[in-house]
Amino acid sequence: MPTYLIELFYLVSGVLFIMGLRGMSHPDTARRGIFYAEFGMLLAIVGTLAQHEIITYTWIITGMIIGSVAGLAMGLWVPMTAMPQRTAFSHAFGAAAAALVGISEYYRWHGHLEPFKMGALGFEVLLGSLTTTGSLIACGKLMGILPGKPLVFKGQNIFNMTLLTVTVATFVCLFVFPGVTFYFYVMIALALIFGVLLVIPIGSADMPVVMSLLNSYAGLASAATGFALNNNVLIIAGTLDGFSGFILSILMCKAMNRPMTNVLFGAFGSVAEQSGAAQAGEMREIGLEDAATQLAYARQVVFVPGYGMATAQAQHVIRELAETLEERGVTVKYAIHPVAGRMPGHMNVLLAEANVPYSELYELEQINPDFPSTDVAVVVGANDVVNPDARDNPTSPIAGMPILEVDRAKLAIVLKRGKGRGFSGLENPLFFKENTAMLYGDAKDTITRLVQAVHKL
Amino acid sequence: MNILSLIPSLYVFVLAAFLGYQVISRVPPLLHTPLMSATNAISAISLVGSLVAAGANYNIVSTILGFVAVICATTNVVGGFVITDRMLRMFKRKPAVKIKED
Repeated sequence: MPTYLIELFYLVSGVLFIMGLRGMSHPDTARRGIFYAEFGMLLAIVGTLAQHEIITYTWIITGMIIGSVAGLAMGLWVPMTAMPQRTAFSHAFGAAAAALVGISEYYRWHGHLEPFKMGALGFEVLLGSLTTTGSLIACGKLMGILPGKPLVFKGQNIFNMTLLTVTVATFVCLFVFPGVTFYFYVMIALALIFGVLLVIPIGSADMPVVMSLLNSYAGLASAATGFALNNNVLIIAGTLDGFSGFILSILMCKAMNRPMTNVLFGAFGSVAEQSGAAQAGEMREIGLEDAATQLAYARQVVFVPGYGMATAQAQHVIRELAETLEERGVTVKYAIHPVAGRMPGHMNVLLAEANVPYSELYELEQINPDFPSTDVAVVVGANDVVNPDARDNPTSPIAGMPILEVDRAKLAIVLKRGKGRGFSGLENPLFFKENTAMLYGDAKDTITRLVQAVHKL
Repeated sequence: MNILSLIPSLYVFVLAAFLGYQVISRVPPLLHTPLMSATNAISAISLVGSLVAAGANYNIVSTILGFVAVICATTNVVGGFVITDRMLRMFKRKPAVKIKED
Protein backbone atom coordinates (compact mmCIF):
# COMPACT_ATOMS: atom_id res chain seq x y z
CA MET A 1 0.00 0.00 0.00
CA PRO A 2 1.38 3.46 -0.82
CA THR A 3 2.34 5.60 2.16
CA TYR A 4 -0.24 8.30 1.49
CA LEU A 5 -3.00 5.72 1.67
CA ILE A 6 -1.72 4.43 5.01
CA GLU A 7 -1.61 8.00 6.30
CA LEU A 8 -5.20 8.47 5.16
CA PHE A 9 -6.19 5.35 7.05
CA TYR A 10 -4.59 6.84 10.16
CA LEU A 11 -6.40 10.12 9.64
CA VAL A 12 -9.80 8.43 9.39
CA SER A 13 -8.97 6.30 12.38
CA GLY A 14 -8.10 9.41 14.44
CA VAL A 15 -11.44 10.99 13.48
CA LEU A 16 -13.28 7.82 14.42
CA PHE A 17 -11.64 7.79 17.87
CA ILE A 18 -12.80 11.34 18.49
CA MET A 19 -16.33 10.53 17.29
CA GLY A 20 -16.28 7.48 19.53
CA LEU A 21 -15.48 9.48 22.62
CA ARG A 22 -18.04 12.08 21.66
CA GLY A 23 -20.65 9.33 21.73
CA MET A 24 -19.78 8.75 25.37
CA SER A 25 -21.60 11.96 26.32
CA HIS A 26 -24.86 10.03 26.61
CA PRO A 27 -25.69 6.41 27.49
CA ASP A 28 -27.91 6.15 24.41
CA THR A 29 -25.14 7.01 21.96
CA ALA A 30 -22.26 5.43 23.86
CA ARG A 31 -22.43 1.99 22.29
CA ARG A 32 -22.44 3.40 18.79
CA GLY A 33 -19.46 5.51 19.82
CA ILE A 34 -17.54 2.44 20.90
CA PHE A 35 -18.33 0.88 17.57
CA TYR A 36 -16.77 3.88 15.80
CA ALA A 37 -13.68 3.57 17.98
CA GLU A 38 -13.41 -0.15 17.28
CA PHE A 39 -13.62 0.51 13.57
CA GLY A 40 -10.98 3.20 13.91
CA MET A 41 -8.68 0.73 15.64
CA LEU A 42 -9.25 -1.82 12.88
CA LEU A 43 -8.33 0.76 10.22
CA ALA A 44 -5.17 1.70 12.07
CA ILE A 45 -4.12 -1.93 12.38
CA VAL A 46 -4.85 -2.73 8.73
CA GLY A 47 -2.96 0.37 7.63
CA THR A 48 0.03 -0.59 9.73
CA LEU A 49 0.12 -4.19 8.55
CA ALA A 50 0.30 -2.93 4.99
CA GLN A 51 3.47 -0.94 5.68
CA HIS A 52 6.47 -1.98 3.67
CA GLU A 53 8.75 -2.11 6.75
CA ILE A 54 6.94 -5.20 7.92
CA ILE A 55 8.57 -8.27 6.47
CA THR A 56 7.69 -11.20 8.70
CA TYR A 57 4.22 -11.77 10.04
CA THR A 58 4.86 -14.81 12.22
CA TRP A 59 5.53 -12.88 15.43
CA ILE A 60 2.77 -10.42 14.72
CA ILE A 61 0.14 -13.07 14.15
CA THR A 62 1.23 -15.18 17.12
CA GLY A 63 1.25 -12.11 19.36
CA MET A 64 -2.14 -10.93 18.18
CA ILE A 65 -3.69 -14.34 18.69
CA ILE A 66 -2.32 -14.65 22.23
CA GLY A 67 -3.40 -11.08 22.99
CA SER A 68 -6.87 -11.57 21.53
CA VAL A 69 -7.48 -14.73 23.52
CA ALA A 70 -6.26 -13.11 26.73
CA GLY A 71 -8.23 -9.95 26.03
CA LEU A 72 -11.39 -11.82 25.15
CA ALA A 73 -11.12 -13.99 28.24
CA MET A 74 -10.64 -10.91 30.40
CA GLY A 75 -13.36 -8.97 28.66
CA LEU A 76 -15.97 -11.68 28.89
CA TRP A 77 -15.35 -13.23 32.28
CA VAL A 78 -14.13 -10.51 34.59
CA PRO A 79 -17.06 -9.72 36.91
CA MET A 80 -18.24 -6.12 37.16
CA THR A 81 -17.19 -5.96 40.79
CA ALA A 82 -13.60 -6.58 39.72
CA MET A 83 -13.66 -3.66 37.31
CA PRO A 84 -11.23 -1.45 39.28
CA GLN A 85 -8.60 -4.21 39.39
CA ARG A 86 -9.03 -5.02 35.75
CA THR A 87 -8.71 -1.40 34.72
CA ALA A 88 -5.55 -0.96 36.79
CA PHE A 89 -4.16 -4.13 35.27
CA SER A 90 -4.83 -2.97 31.74
CA HIS A 91 -3.20 0.39 32.48
CA ALA A 92 -0.11 -1.65 33.29
CA PHE A 93 -0.38 -3.50 29.99
CA GLY A 94 -0.90 -0.38 27.92
CA ALA A 95 2.01 1.39 29.56
CA ALA A 96 4.22 -1.68 29.21
CA ALA A 97 3.45 -1.88 25.50
CA ALA A 98 4.47 1.75 25.03
CA ALA A 99 7.66 1.28 27.06
CA LEU A 100 8.62 -1.88 25.16
CA VAL A 101 8.16 -0.18 21.81
CA GLY A 102 10.44 2.59 23.04
CA ILE A 103 13.11 0.19 24.29
CA SER A 104 12.95 -1.77 21.07
CA GLU A 105 13.38 1.41 19.05
CA TYR A 106 16.29 2.57 21.19
CA TYR A 107 18.00 -0.80 20.88
CA ARG A 108 17.54 -0.74 17.14
CA TRP A 109 19.49 2.50 16.77
CA HIS A 110 21.91 1.75 19.63
CA GLY A 111 21.29 5.23 20.86
CA HIS A 112 22.24 6.96 17.61
CA LEU A 113 19.28 9.25 17.77
CA GLU A 114 18.62 12.92 17.23
CA PRO A 115 18.09 14.80 20.49
CA PHE A 116 14.38 15.45 20.06
CA LYS A 117 13.63 11.89 19.07
CA MET A 118 15.67 10.75 22.05
CA GLY A 119 13.64 13.10 24.22
CA ALA A 120 10.33 11.68 23.04
CA LEU A 121 11.60 8.13 23.33
CA GLY A 122 13.05 8.69 26.78
CA PHE A 123 9.83 10.30 27.97
CA GLU A 124 7.82 7.41 26.58
CA VAL A 125 9.98 4.79 28.25
CA LEU A 126 10.17 6.73 31.52
CA LEU A 127 6.42 7.25 31.77
CA GLY A 128 5.64 3.78 30.49
CA SER A 129 7.89 2.07 33.02
CA LEU A 130 6.67 3.94 36.08
CA THR A 131 3.05 3.50 35.03
CA THR A 132 3.56 -0.23 34.59
CA THR A 133 4.81 -0.88 38.11
CA GLY A 134 2.53 1.77 39.62
CA SER A 135 -0.53 0.18 38.03
CA LEU A 136 0.51 -3.29 39.13
CA ILE A 137 0.78 -2.06 42.73
CA ALA A 138 -2.61 -0.35 42.43
CA CYS A 139 -4.05 -3.57 41.03
CA GLY A 140 -2.55 -5.55 43.93
CA LYS A 141 -4.06 -3.15 46.44
CA LEU A 142 -7.47 -3.34 44.79
CA MET A 143 -7.35 -7.13 44.67
CA GLY A 144 -6.43 -7.23 48.32
CA ILE A 145 -3.12 -9.00 47.71
CA LEU A 146 -1.33 -5.95 49.03
CA PRO A 147 -2.51 -4.07 52.12
CA GLY A 148 -4.95 -1.29 51.28
CA LYS A 149 -3.64 0.92 54.03
CA PRO A 150 -0.99 3.42 53.02
CA LEU A 151 2.52 2.03 53.45
CA VAL A 152 4.64 4.80 54.90
CA PHE A 153 8.15 5.12 56.20
CA LYS A 154 10.11 7.99 57.67
CA GLY A 155 11.39 10.48 55.13
CA GLN A 156 9.30 8.89 52.41
CA ASN A 157 8.44 12.06 50.56
CA ILE A 158 12.05 13.27 50.61
CA PHE A 159 13.24 9.87 49.41
CA ASN A 160 10.67 9.78 46.60
CA MET A 161 11.47 13.32 45.54
CA THR A 162 15.18 12.49 45.45
CA LEU A 163 14.51 9.38 43.43
CA LEU A 164 12.37 11.31 40.98
CA THR A 165 15.06 14.00 40.66
CA VAL A 166 17.74 11.39 39.96
CA THR A 167 15.49 9.68 37.41
CA VAL A 168 14.80 12.94 35.61
CA ALA A 169 18.51 13.81 35.79
CA THR A 170 19.34 10.52 34.06
CA PHE A 171 16.76 11.38 31.44
CA VAL A 172 18.42 14.75 30.85
CA CYS A 173 21.86 13.08 30.59
CA LEU A 174 20.41 10.74 28.03
CA PHE A 175 19.04 13.68 26.11
CA VAL A 176 22.52 15.20 25.95
CA PHE A 177 24.39 11.90 25.36
CA PRO A 178 21.90 9.60 23.61
CA GLY A 179 24.65 7.10 22.83
CA VAL A 180 25.39 6.19 26.45
CA THR A 181 23.20 3.12 26.79
CA PHE A 182 24.06 2.87 30.49
CA TYR A 183 21.93 5.95 31.23
CA PHE A 184 19.02 4.45 29.34
CA TYR A 185 18.88 1.25 31.35
CA VAL A 186 19.49 3.03 34.65
CA MET A 187 16.61 5.33 33.83
CA ILE A 188 14.30 2.36 33.20
CA ALA A 189 15.29 0.73 36.48
CA LEU A 190 14.78 3.94 38.43
CA ALA A 191 11.41 4.59 36.78
CA LEU A 192 10.24 1.07 37.62
CA ILE A 193 11.18 1.59 41.27
CA PHE A 194 9.62 5.04 41.36
CA GLY A 195 6.34 3.64 40.07
CA VAL A 196 6.16 1.27 43.03
CA LEU A 197 7.03 3.94 45.56
CA LEU A 198 4.55 6.39 44.08
CA VAL A 199 1.52 4.19 44.68
CA ILE A 200 2.53 2.37 47.88
CA PRO A 201 1.77 5.30 50.23
CA ILE A 202 -1.70 5.87 48.77
CA GLY A 203 -4.66 4.36 50.58
CA SER A 204 -7.44 2.40 48.89
CA ALA A 205 -9.97 5.18 49.44
CA ASP A 206 -7.88 7.47 47.24
CA MET A 207 -7.74 4.94 44.44
CA PRO A 208 -10.15 6.86 42.15
CA VAL A 209 -7.55 9.62 41.84
CA VAL A 210 -4.65 7.22 41.34
CA MET A 211 -6.55 5.22 38.74
CA SER A 212 -7.31 8.38 36.78
CA LEU A 213 -3.70 9.52 36.98
CA LEU A 214 -2.35 6.17 35.79
CA ASN A 215 -4.92 6.30 33.00
CA SER A 216 -3.53 9.66 32.01
CA TYR A 217 0.12 8.53 32.17
CA ALA A 218 -0.56 5.46 30.05
CA GLY A 219 -2.15 7.72 27.44
CA LEU A 220 0.68 10.22 27.49
CA ALA A 221 3.19 7.39 27.09
CA SER A 222 1.32 6.40 23.91
CA ALA A 223 1.35 10.00 22.72
CA ALA A 224 5.11 10.16 23.31
CA THR A 225 5.44 7.00 21.22
CA GLY A 226 3.69 8.93 18.48
CA PHE A 227 6.29 11.71 18.74
CA ALA A 228 9.15 9.19 18.66
CA LEU A 229 7.78 7.28 15.67
CA ASN A 230 6.40 10.39 13.99
CA ASN A 231 2.93 8.86 13.85
CA ASN A 232 -0.04 11.19 14.19
CA VAL A 233 -2.75 8.70 15.06
CA LEU A 234 -0.67 7.60 18.04
CA ILE A 235 -0.41 11.19 19.15
CA ILE A 236 -4.16 11.77 18.77
CA ALA A 237 -5.27 8.61 20.56
CA GLY A 238 -2.65 8.93 23.30
CA THR A 239 -3.49 12.56 23.92
CA LEU A 240 -7.21 11.84 24.14
CA ASP A 241 -6.51 9.16 26.73
CA GLY A 242 -4.02 11.35 28.56
CA PHE A 243 -6.49 14.20 28.82
CA SER A 244 -9.37 11.98 29.76
CA GLY A 245 -7.41 10.61 32.70
CA PHE A 246 -6.21 14.07 33.62
CA ILE A 247 -9.72 15.54 33.65
CA LEU A 248 -11.02 12.60 35.68
CA SER A 249 -8.28 12.98 38.28
CA ILE A 250 -9.07 16.67 38.66
CA LEU A 251 -12.78 15.89 39.06
CA MET A 252 -11.97 13.27 41.70
CA CYS A 253 -9.75 15.67 43.62
CA LYS A 254 -12.47 18.31 43.51
CA ALA A 255 -14.95 15.78 44.82
CA MET A 256 -12.70 15.30 47.84
CA ASN A 257 -11.73 18.98 48.08
CA ARG A 258 -8.08 18.03 48.23
CA PRO A 259 -5.23 19.21 46.07
CA MET A 260 -3.55 16.57 43.95
CA THR A 261 -0.30 16.89 45.92
CA ASN A 262 -2.15 16.02 49.10
CA VAL A 263 -3.53 12.83 47.58
CA LEU A 264 -0.16 11.78 46.22
CA PHE A 265 2.00 12.71 49.19
CA GLY A 266 -0.43 13.02 52.06
CA ALA A 267 -0.82 9.34 53.05
CA PHE A 268 -4.36 10.18 54.08
CA GLY A 269 -5.55 7.18 56.04
CA SER A 270 -2.65 7.30 58.44
CA VAL A 271 -2.83 10.92 59.51
CA ALA A 272 -6.57 10.94 60.01
CA GLU A 273 -6.39 8.86 63.17
CA GLN A 274 -5.47 11.72 65.50
CA SER A 275 -8.62 13.74 64.97
CA GLY A 276 -10.95 11.01 66.19
CA ALA A 277 -12.15 12.95 69.19
CA ALA A 278 -14.69 11.02 71.21
CA GLN A 279 -18.21 11.75 70.03
CA ALA A 280 -20.88 12.65 72.49
CA GLY A 281 -24.08 10.66 72.38
CA GLU A 282 -25.17 7.17 71.57
CA MET A 283 -25.55 5.34 68.32
CA ARG A 284 -29.17 4.29 68.06
CA GLU A 285 -29.93 0.88 66.67
CA ILE A 286 -33.07 0.08 64.73
CA GLY A 287 -34.79 -3.28 64.48
CA LEU A 288 -35.35 -4.93 61.14
CA GLU A 289 -39.18 -4.71 61.35
CA ASP A 290 -39.02 -1.06 62.32
CA ALA A 291 -36.75 -0.29 59.41
CA ALA A 292 -39.03 -2.19 57.03
CA THR A 293 -42.05 -0.24 58.26
CA GLN A 294 -40.29 3.08 57.85
CA LEU A 295 -39.34 2.17 54.29
CA ALA A 296 -42.71 0.76 53.33
CA TYR A 297 -44.67 3.82 54.44
CA ALA A 298 -42.23 6.42 53.14
CA ARG A 299 -43.00 8.66 50.20
CA GLN A 300 -39.42 8.97 49.06
CA VAL A 301 -36.45 6.70 49.76
CA VAL A 302 -32.89 7.49 48.66
CA PHE A 303 -30.22 4.80 48.59
CA VAL A 304 -26.65 5.96 49.15
CA PRO A 305 -24.19 3.25 48.09
CA GLY A 306 -20.50 3.16 48.94
CA TYR A 307 -17.64 0.76 48.55
CA GLY A 308 -19.25 -1.44 51.21
CA MET A 309 -22.03 -2.23 48.73
CA ALA A 310 -19.42 -3.54 46.28
CA THR A 311 -17.67 -5.72 48.86
CA ALA A 312 -20.97 -7.12 50.11
CA GLN A 313 -22.22 -7.58 46.50
CA ALA A 314 -25.44 -6.00 47.67
CA GLN A 315 -26.42 -4.19 44.44
CA HIS A 316 -28.86 -6.89 43.29
CA VAL A 317 -30.76 -7.08 46.56
CA ILE A 318 -30.86 -3.28 46.74
CA ARG A 319 -32.60 -3.21 43.38
CA GLU A 320 -34.97 -5.90 44.64
CA LEU A 321 -35.78 -3.83 47.71
CA ALA A 322 -36.22 -0.75 45.53
CA GLU A 323 -38.65 -2.57 43.25
CA THR A 324 -40.64 -3.88 46.19
CA LEU A 325 -40.91 -0.34 47.51
CA GLU A 326 -41.82 1.09 44.12
CA GLU A 327 -44.66 -1.40 43.84
CA ARG A 328 -46.01 0.13 47.02
CA GLY A 329 -45.84 3.58 45.46
CA VAL A 330 -42.63 4.77 47.09
CA THR A 331 -40.38 7.00 44.98
CA VAL A 332 -36.89 5.51 44.94
CA LYS A 333 -33.70 7.33 43.98
CA TYR A 334 -30.01 6.55 44.21
CA ALA A 335 -27.46 9.16 45.27
CA ILE A 336 -24.01 8.63 43.80
CA HIS A 337 -21.01 10.48 45.18
CA PRO A 338 -18.23 10.98 42.59
CA VAL A 339 -15.61 9.23 44.74
CA ALA A 340 -17.80 6.46 46.12
CA GLY A 341 -16.03 3.20 45.38
CA ARG A 342 -12.59 2.61 44.02
CA MET A 343 -12.70 4.18 40.57
CA PRO A 344 -14.66 6.94 38.85
CA GLY A 345 -18.20 5.79 38.14
CA HIS A 346 -17.77 2.51 40.05
CA MET A 347 -21.19 2.61 41.74
CA ASN A 348 -23.03 3.46 38.52
CA VAL A 349 -21.67 0.38 36.79
CA LEU A 350 -22.56 -1.92 39.67
CA LEU A 351 -26.10 -0.59 39.89
CA ALA A 352 -26.53 -0.73 36.14
CA GLU A 353 -25.41 -4.35 36.29
CA ALA A 354 -28.17 -4.97 38.81
CA ASN A 355 -30.66 -3.56 36.29
CA VAL A 356 -31.23 -0.23 37.98
CA PRO A 357 -32.32 2.18 35.23
CA TYR A 358 -29.84 5.04 34.96
CA SER A 359 -32.63 7.59 35.21
CA GLU A 360 -32.83 6.70 38.91
CA LEU A 361 -29.14 7.46 39.54
CA TYR A 362 -28.56 11.00 40.73
CA GLU A 363 -25.39 13.03 41.03
CA LEU A 364 -24.45 14.93 44.15
CA GLU A 365 -25.67 18.37 43.05
CA GLN A 366 -28.95 16.96 41.78
CA ILE A 367 -29.87 14.95 44.84
CA ASN A 368 -28.74 17.16 47.74
CA PRO A 369 -31.71 19.56 47.53
CA ASP A 370 -33.92 16.46 47.68
CA PHE A 371 -32.76 15.16 51.05
CA PRO A 372 -34.93 17.45 53.27
CA SER A 373 -38.02 16.04 51.56
CA THR A 374 -36.73 12.48 51.77
CA ASP A 375 -38.36 10.26 54.37
CA VAL A 376 -35.68 7.60 54.56
CA ALA A 377 -32.11 7.69 53.30
CA VAL A 378 -30.48 4.26 53.30
CA VAL A 379 -26.69 4.39 53.51
CA VAL A 380 -25.18 1.13 52.30
CA GLY A 381 -21.49 0.81 53.05
CA ALA A 382 -20.68 4.49 52.58
CA ASN A 383 -18.98 6.52 55.27
CA ASP A 384 -16.80 9.52 54.47
CA VAL A 385 -19.01 10.68 51.61
CA VAL A 386 -21.89 11.19 54.06
CA ASN A 387 -19.83 12.60 56.94
CA PRO A 388 -21.42 15.92 58.00
CA ASP A 389 -18.10 16.93 59.58
CA ALA A 390 -16.83 17.71 56.11
CA ARG A 391 -19.41 20.48 55.94
CA ASP A 392 -19.66 21.59 59.57
CA ASN A 393 -16.25 21.11 61.13
CA PRO A 394 -13.51 23.22 59.55
CA THR A 395 -10.79 21.35 61.48
CA SER A 396 -11.80 17.97 60.11
CA PRO A 397 -9.26 16.36 57.77
CA ILE A 398 -11.99 16.09 55.16
CA ALA A 399 -13.31 19.65 55.71
CA GLY A 400 -14.77 21.16 52.58
CA MET A 401 -15.30 17.86 50.81
CA PRO A 402 -18.74 17.95 49.18
CA ILE A 403 -20.96 15.36 50.85
CA LEU A 404 -24.31 13.77 50.27
CA GLU A 405 -26.43 15.50 52.90
CA VAL A 406 -28.01 12.39 54.29
CA ASP A 407 -28.31 13.99 57.72
CA ARG A 408 -30.97 16.36 56.34
CA ALA A 409 -33.29 13.47 55.56
CA LYS A 410 -36.08 12.78 58.04
CA LEU A 411 -34.52 9.44 58.85
CA ALA A 412 -31.18 8.00 57.86
CA ILE A 413 -30.72 4.24 58.15
CA VAL A 414 -27.07 3.30 58.07
CA LEU A 415 -26.17 -0.25 57.13
CA LYS A 416 -22.81 -1.12 58.58
CA ARG A 417 -20.89 -4.28 59.26
CA GLY A 418 -19.89 -3.28 62.79
CA LYS A 419 -19.52 -0.34 65.11
CA GLY A 420 -15.94 0.40 64.04
CA ARG A 421 -14.81 3.41 62.11
CA GLY A 422 -14.62 3.43 58.37
CA PHE A 423 -11.55 3.08 56.24
CA SER A 424 -10.24 6.58 56.83
CA GLY A 425 -10.45 6.09 60.59
CA LEU A 426 -12.57 9.21 60.95
CA GLU A 427 -15.41 9.44 63.44
CA ASN A 428 -18.68 10.09 61.64
CA PRO A 429 -21.08 12.35 63.58
CA LEU A 430 -23.90 11.23 61.31
CA PHE A 431 -24.07 7.97 63.24
CA PHE A 432 -24.76 9.84 66.48
CA LYS A 433 -27.57 12.09 65.27
CA GLU A 434 -31.03 11.44 66.66
CA ASN A 435 -32.53 11.05 63.20
CA THR A 436 -30.00 8.35 62.35
CA ALA A 437 -30.57 4.67 63.03
CA MET A 438 -27.96 1.96 62.69
CA LEU A 439 -28.63 -1.44 61.20
CA TYR A 440 -25.68 -3.76 61.77
CA GLY A 441 -24.75 -6.80 59.76
CA ASP A 442 -23.75 -7.88 56.29
CA ALA A 443 -25.45 -5.52 53.85
CA LYS A 444 -26.59 -8.20 51.42
CA ASP A 445 -28.05 -10.35 54.17
CA THR A 446 -29.73 -7.42 55.93
CA ILE A 447 -31.34 -6.09 52.78
CA THR A 448 -32.57 -9.55 51.78
CA ARG A 449 -34.33 -9.77 55.12
CA LEU A 450 -35.66 -6.23 54.71
CA VAL A 451 -37.27 -7.25 51.42
CA GLN A 452 -39.02 -10.15 53.15
CA ALA A 453 -40.12 -7.90 56.00
CA VAL A 454 -41.56 -5.33 53.61
CA HIS A 455 -43.44 -8.07 51.77
CA LYS A 456 -45.09 -9.17 55.02
CA LEU A 457 -46.46 -5.71 55.75
CA MET B 1 16.56 22.16 11.85
CA ASN B 2 15.46 18.81 13.12
CA ILE B 3 13.27 20.65 15.50
CA LEU B 4 11.20 21.76 12.52
CA SER B 5 9.99 18.21 11.93
CA LEU B 6 8.67 18.30 15.46
CA ILE B 7 6.29 21.18 14.73
CA PRO B 8 3.58 19.24 12.85
CA SER B 9 3.52 16.68 15.65
CA LEU B 10 3.17 19.47 18.18
CA TYR B 11 0.24 20.89 16.24
CA VAL B 12 -1.50 17.54 16.33
CA PHE B 13 -0.77 17.14 20.03
CA VAL B 14 -2.03 20.58 21.04
CA LEU B 15 -5.16 20.39 18.91
CA ALA B 16 -5.92 16.87 20.14
CA ALA B 17 -5.50 18.12 23.69
CA PHE B 18 -8.03 20.90 23.18
CA LEU B 19 -10.44 18.60 21.44
CA GLY B 20 -9.96 15.96 24.12
CA TYR B 21 -10.77 18.49 26.81
CA GLN B 22 -13.97 19.55 25.03
CA VAL B 23 -15.13 16.03 24.30
CA ILE B 24 -14.27 14.46 27.64
CA SER B 25 -15.81 17.25 29.73
CA ARG B 26 -19.16 16.34 28.24
CA VAL B 27 -19.07 12.77 29.49
CA PRO B 28 -21.43 12.43 32.49
CA PRO B 29 -20.10 10.88 35.75
CA LEU B 30 -22.55 8.07 35.07
CA LEU B 31 -20.25 6.80 32.32
CA HIS B 32 -16.87 7.49 33.88
CA THR B 33 -15.95 3.82 34.31
CA PRO B 34 -16.78 2.87 30.70
CA LEU B 35 -14.97 6.04 29.61
CA MET B 36 -11.85 4.92 31.38
CA SER B 37 -11.91 1.46 29.86
CA ALA B 38 -12.69 2.88 26.42
CA THR B 39 -9.81 5.36 26.49
CA ASN B 40 -7.66 2.52 27.77
CA ALA B 41 -8.54 0.47 24.72
CA ILE B 42 -7.98 3.43 22.43
CA SER B 43 -4.57 4.24 23.91
CA ALA B 44 -3.53 0.68 23.12
CA ILE B 45 -3.01 2.24 19.69
CA SER B 46 0.65 1.82 20.63
CA LEU B 47 -0.09 -1.55 19.02
CA VAL B 48 0.69 0.25 15.76
CA GLY B 49 4.24 0.83 16.96
CA SER B 50 4.64 -2.68 18.33
CA LEU B 51 3.47 -4.25 15.07
CA VAL B 52 6.28 -2.56 13.20
CA ALA B 53 8.82 -3.50 15.88
CA ALA B 54 7.69 -7.12 15.81
CA GLY B 55 7.52 -7.50 12.06
CA ALA B 56 10.33 -5.40 10.63
CA ASN B 57 13.21 -7.82 11.30
CA TYR B 58 15.52 -5.12 12.69
CA ASN B 59 17.26 -7.50 15.09
CA ILE B 60 16.22 -10.30 17.40
CA VAL B 61 15.96 -8.18 20.56
CA SER B 62 13.75 -5.57 18.92
CA THR B 63 11.58 -8.33 17.50
CA ILE B 64 11.10 -10.02 20.86
CA LEU B 65 10.35 -6.74 22.62
CA GLY B 66 7.92 -5.92 19.85
CA PHE B 67 6.31 -9.32 20.14
CA VAL B 68 5.67 -8.89 23.87
CA ALA B 69 4.36 -5.39 23.18
CA VAL B 70 1.98 -6.78 20.56
CA ILE B 71 0.59 -9.22 23.14
CA CYS B 72 0.12 -6.50 25.76
CA ALA B 73 -1.46 -4.03 23.35
CA THR B 74 -3.77 -6.55 21.68
CA THR B 75 -4.96 -7.74 25.08
CA ASN B 76 -5.90 -4.16 25.87
CA VAL B 77 -7.57 -3.47 22.55
CA VAL B 78 -9.70 -6.60 22.59
CA GLY B 79 -10.31 -6.74 26.34
CA GLY B 80 -10.94 -3.01 26.61
CA PHE B 81 -13.51 -2.83 23.83
CA VAL B 82 -15.30 -6.03 24.84
CA ILE B 83 -15.65 -4.98 28.44
CA THR B 84 -16.67 -1.41 27.58
CA ASP B 85 -19.42 -2.72 25.38
CA ARG B 86 -20.48 -5.16 28.07
CA MET B 87 -20.76 -2.32 30.55
CA LEU B 88 -22.60 0.01 28.20
CA ARG B 89 -25.13 -2.66 27.39
CA MET B 90 -26.16 -2.63 31.05
CA PHE B 91 -27.10 1.04 31.14
CA LYS B 92 -30.82 1.04 30.54
CA ARG B 93 -33.31 3.83 30.54
CA LYS B 94 -36.21 2.17 32.26
CA PRO B 95 -37.12 -1.46 31.82
CA ALA B 96 -40.26 -1.56 29.71
CA VAL B 97 -40.82 -5.17 30.61
CA LYS B 98 -39.48 -6.53 33.87
CA ILE B 99 -36.81 -9.04 32.97
CA LYS B 100 -36.21 -11.83 35.43
CA GLU B 101 -32.52 -12.51 35.93
CA ASP B 102 -30.25 -14.25 38.45
